[in-house]
Amino acid sequence: MKIFVNAQQHDIMGQTLAVALTELGLDSPAIATALNGSFVPRQNRETTSLAAGDRLEVLAPMQGG
Amino acid sequence: MKLYDTEIASRLLLGTAQYPSPDILSAAIRASGTEIITVSLRRETAHGSGGIFWDRLRQTGARILPNTAGCHSVQEAITTAQMAREVFDTNWIKLEVIGHADTLQPDVFALVEAARILSADGFQVFPYTTDDLVVGEHLIAAGCEVLMPWGAPIGSGQGLRNPDALRSMRAHFPNTPMIVDAGIGTPSDAAKAMELGMDAVLLNTAVAKAGDPVGMAQAMAGAIIAGRTGFLSDPMGPRDMAVPSTPYLGLAELG
Repeated sequence: MKIFVNAQQHDIMGQTLAVALTELGLDSPAIATALNGSFVPRQNRETTSLAAGDRLEVLAPMQGG
Repeated sequence: MKLYDTEIASRLLLGTAQYPSPDILSAAIRASGTEIITVSLRRETAHGSGGIFWDRLRQTGARILPNTAGCHSVQEAITTAQMAREVFDTNWIKLEVIGHADTLQPDVFALVEAARILSADGFQVFPYTTDDLVVGEHLIAAGCEVLMPWGAPIGSGQGLRNPDALRSMRAHFPNTPMIVDAGIGTPSDAAKAMELGMDAVLLNTAVAKAGDPVGMAQAMAGAIIAGRTGFLSDPMGPRDMAVPSTPYLGLAELG
């Protein structure tokens, strides 16, 4: 199914957020996820289903002021 | 000074962006003596650069104050704060809700609303705000126990554009820690903020974009200590006319 990951379109096999992250190689412990604008806590990634057209944001620590 | 329930000795908070290299960033953090560094969240790349940066920050031993930089709405700021809490394992959040792209001026209406929602959710909110007294009152009513008024627009290095407003805020909120956030360009700007009775200064570009960031980090630290000590020492007021400091008594008649 096609979803948007950090605004880039990806065709993924995984049906859950946890599987999709592994598939996408986004496996750092220092990431946080939001699906369609809402935060998804780490412990909910395995039970969060994905649908075509979903917008997934995967964020990591970065320099900031 | 006490920020929420945490006692902090250093009155300099330092941003981590725009340094010439990661090593210079680490050296500047050390030279500044800061105990609090600000960070952000941005899109992860496939090679996991965020994790490497995070490991470096943790090695500094400083407390992390994540920001919501770049957020323009309440919802964006709340989602970013929730994500930051999970990644950085802290309830602290430097809340920025930007209202204007050119000035990076806070949208104070959205700021107050986001502060209320986040405070109710257990966050300890450090709001980046203007020097407006009434907004400060609303932020405190929303649950904020710290205020962070701007000195000048972010990254402008203009110093304190409106010292009178900061002085009014200080007088009006004598028991709320106040941190001047944004606009500091030189050590004398930082000292001036402290002389006004501000509790601390948060800066980034002034150090990161100096020719020698490590030297400037040290200079800012010294200026902040000097300004704070000066404030506590009750400075004399200005006078219109000259008053000789050397006594007249015993002056020779030589004319």
